[in-house]
Amino acid sequence: MAEYIITTEKGKWEVICGLEIHCQIISKSKIFSGASTEFGDDVNENVSFVDAGMPGMLPTLNEECVHQAVKTGLGLNAVINKYSQFSRKNYFYADLPQGYQITQFEYPIVGEGAIDVDLSDGTSKTIRIERMHIEQDAAKSIHDMSPTKSFIDLNRAGVGLMEIVTKPDFRSPEEAGAFLKKLRSIVRYLGTCDGNMDEGSMRCDASISVRPLGSDELRPRAEVKNVNSVKFVMQAIEYEAKRQVELYEKGETIEQQTRQFDSVNGVTKFMRKKEFSDDYRYFPEPDLPPLILTDEFINKVKSELVELPDAKKARFVKDLGLTTYDATVICENKETADFFEKAAKGHDAKKVANWLMGDFFAMLNEKKKELKDSPVTAENLGALVELITTNVINGKTAKDVFAIMAETGENPEKIVEEKGLKQVTDTGAIEKLIDDLLATAADNVAAYRGGKVGLFGWFVGQVMKQSQGKANPQVVNELLKKKLG
Amino acid sequence: MAIDNNTVRQIAFLAKLKVEPDKLEETKEEFNKILAWVEELREVNTDNVEPLVSVNNESLTLREDKISAGHNAKEILANAPAQEFGYFVVPKVVE
Repeated sequence: MAEYIITTEKGKWEVICGLEIHCQIISKSKIFSGASTEFGDDVNENVSFVDAGMPGMLPTLNEECVHQAVKTGLGLNAVINKYSQFSRKNYFYADLPQGYQITQFEYPIVGEGAIDVDLSDGTSKTIRIERMHIEQDAAKSIHDMSPTKSFIDLNRAGVGLMEIVTKPDFRSPEEAGAFLKKLRSIVRYLGTCDGNMDEGSMRCDASISVRPLGSDELRPRAEVKNVNSVKFVMQAIEYEAKRQVELYEKGETIEQQTRQFDSVNGVTKFMRKKEFSDDYRYFPEPDLPPLILTDEFINKVKSELVELPDAKKARFVKDLGLTTYDATVICENKETADFFEKAAKGHDAKKVANWLMGDFFAMLNEKKKELKDSPVTAENLGALVELITTNVINGKTAKDVFAIMAETGENPEKIVEEKGLKQVTDTGAIEKLIDDLLATAADNVAAYRGGKVGLFGWFVGQVMKQSQGKANPQVVNELLKKKLG
Repeated sequence: MAIDNNTVRQIAFLAKLKVEPDKLEETKEEFNKILAWVEELREVNTDNVEPLVSVNNESLTLREDKISAGHNAKEILANAPAQEFGYFVVPKVVE
């Protein structure tokens, strides 16, 4: 793998990074209350008395959140802990009405796991997962409506979260970015989190430190909080590592601290000294007994698992003959992979992949449409490829047919039939076009035969033009070569 | 284990409690009395005994994923010291 090393005049440095990712669980109701998780509803309408921290209200654990957590754990190839337990993490903040967050501490629901990430140089790397636990989200605070006041909406308070913690296995911004994309792809395949970082349903904290290359020491780290895009996480790691190297080389020390990422300027800024977990005064949640999972429950979740991106990718390469690159792009998103599979069914899969990743995506982009709203259906894309592979139309005509499909949503057979676009493969007809051309372009024929072989393309072009683009280019080439001698 | 005035201050800070300077000594003594009692409990040998998290050995009962609460913003906000536009309003907390 290409090493990421910060080289200065004074030395070489290595980056050590671990990530913590909060994923909002997809469920109808909140993790400990019956209020809705719907995003964008009227302010404070999706709030129960539990979420509001009213005295005497008791939390009740949502079965679906447990189910989703186990499913995610299995997708991370991780150990599912049959015994887990909730704890209170105590702190005071306006977005936390209870004065504590119900989370898991010593006994998380999911233990160690691992996922492989693909890097741009074609290699892959295994990233180890330390743990994953479930907890409640905090409320949303709005600070920009008044210079002196903050506004609190409790709709998000109590929505279920999965917090995934990796081992400090990242050695470059690229590895962290690749991991986030892979994780997002996995939770979307599983349907356990929608993975939208810009809407905050997936949020990332990065712990970053540096050390002299070749050393195995662990230096104090900076935790960069709530970075909300893959690109920003990569930028934050790059900036923060360079900043630390500069400080060390100036002879300064670094204290463990919490920083925030300023996406406008691409820099990290000091927030506070890192609090110690003692300060949170964790203790077992007295309102919830331990969570004990049965084999039956875990096996049921296992039986519901869909084919995940890695398995799908391997199958597309092995059974359908796609390149690893094509398969990686197509499998990143489950909807794309499903569309591709439908389109490729019974047709030349490699060609379908080329069309999908080329003209098809370009068309969606241009029309600013989502895949699900595409005017060209998977079946019609497959049918178009079939018309090309069976020589009914040539590649150039196919592009014209595709353009009509994109406008009208018609199936390609009908378009070809109605517009009379069938390719001419009849050698007699093509021969006649060539003879006519050679008779009228005697000068060029003489020049070609005299050694100006570059004119060959001009002859091909003329014949294609005369055929209104319908001649089979291969046949035209062969016949022209024969006739020009 | 005994704690000093600084620890009392730190705990009070974390709990957002105001302990007047002339009450520090008294609070410290109270804390230390509690700790002394816990210290007595520590005399019991608990090697190889799993921590008891709950006296009820049953697992957690899970709730079906159904919406059964909400749409009562007025009641939720009824005790708010201040509210505007349907939000709870607090003195500005800036990150």
